Amino acid sequence: MSHQKNNLREEILRISGVNVKKCMKCGKCSASCPSYDEMEFHPHQFVSMIDEGNIEPLLNSESLYHCLSCFACAERCPRGVEPAKLIDAVRVTATRRQGGDRIKPEDIPCILDENTPGQLLMTAFRKYKK
Amino acid sequence: MKMQYFPGCTLKNKAKQLDIYARQCAEVLGVTLEEPKEWQCCGGAFTSSSDEIATKLSSVRLLKTAAEQGEALVTVCSACHNVVKQTNYAMQHDSVFADRVNRYFAQENAAPYAGDAQVYHYLELLRDVIGFDKVAQAVKAPLKGKKIAAYYGCLLLRPSKVIAMDDPENPRIIEELIRAMGAEPVIWARRNECCGGYVTAVSPEQAEKNSRKLCDNAIACGAEMIVTACPLCKYNLERQGCPIPVVYLTELLAEAFGVTEVQA
Ligand code: SF4
Ligand code: SF4
Repeated sequence: MSHQKNNLREEILRISGVNVKKCMKCGKCSASCPSYDEMEFHPHQFVSMIDEGNIEPLLNSESLYHCLSCFACAERCPRGVEPAKLIDAVRVTATRRQGGDRIKPEDIPCILDENTPGQLLMTAFRKYKK
Repeated sequence: MKMQYFPGCTLKNKAKQLDIYARQCAEVLGVTLEEPKEWQCCGGAFTSSSDEIATKLSSVRLLKTAAEQGEALVTVCSACHNVVKQTNYAMQHDSVFADRVNRYFAQENAAPYAGDAQVYHYLELLRDVIGFDKVAQAVKAPLKGKKIAAYYGCLLLRPSKVIAMDDPENPRIIEELIRAMGAEPVIWARRNECCGGYVTAVSPEQAEKNSRKLCDNAIACGAEMIVTACPLCKYNLERQGCPIPVVYLTELLAEAFGVTEVQA
């Protein structure tokens, strides 16, 4: 693994607090995921690809923005791996990069309708913006 | 009994019924919910990455205020509860995070926060502090014959190690409340699945798909109404055209208690 790849791997593992080595590749996380059909990389793939240091494809993947942070994958993992925390860590790494904001203030008027709760805007900014 | 109470941003605006009835029903049960003088939005979502500090400070300040008052902190909104609980857990279990947070307080010459605030969701206040038997005794207009689907979603249950409100796969706290109000809980499979949450902002079709599955499942199991504690769940379910009413749990409680006066 190149030095750069290894650094990124260590950083993701550190900020997520996840131990990818505990994974036994059973796939239960992905079977539990309500966004499975929308995600090109599924929760179990986040675990194995991060372990391999193969993180760039994840950083550039739309999957980051389809994960609901619902924690079903984390709750149901028999090994306590918590893939949701890895996805969160890759997402914050992506949004912190230059031009990484997924949502901009000028997008808000298109999202709003008369019933939109403030909670939606706050959460979307927290998840999709640096 | 007096407790500190965090309504959060949405309960001051689009979800006023959740807030007003929470306070009024608590009064009926002998609990005064006192809003701290100053508070900021919790941010709506907890970012699990441990190096996110600044975005969690508003929750820590809130917890610190309650702890310094020597009172428990009550939340109603599922998202606020999740964020505040997860932040408190991080303060208790992640010493590096706690240290970095407390350095902010040191700069303001404020005391550090030790993670000692007690946090209750409104449902836990009813079950663990007051007791559902007392809630049932306060019911004046039982919701007889109503078939109600308790919708938990994700935020009230997970991660269960941290939220610790109920069994994440087979929760019963809302069903117990429904029974205490004299109505009939409907048990349905998708009650602990996510509505699509914030993804509505960037991929509304995906959230609609999730919400539709939920409504269809609740109706197929005989529900006439869905009850929730989360403004975003209610919004997502209604947005895709859920054919049965989606109501806040405090609205139902107010109806059962005969509390109708709405004070702005
Ligand atoms: S947290 Fe994300 S990856 Fe995990 S189950 Fe939910 S949507 Fe899927
Ligand atoms: S459920 Fe847990 S052990 Fe199974 S594949 Fe997913 S992360 Fe690995």
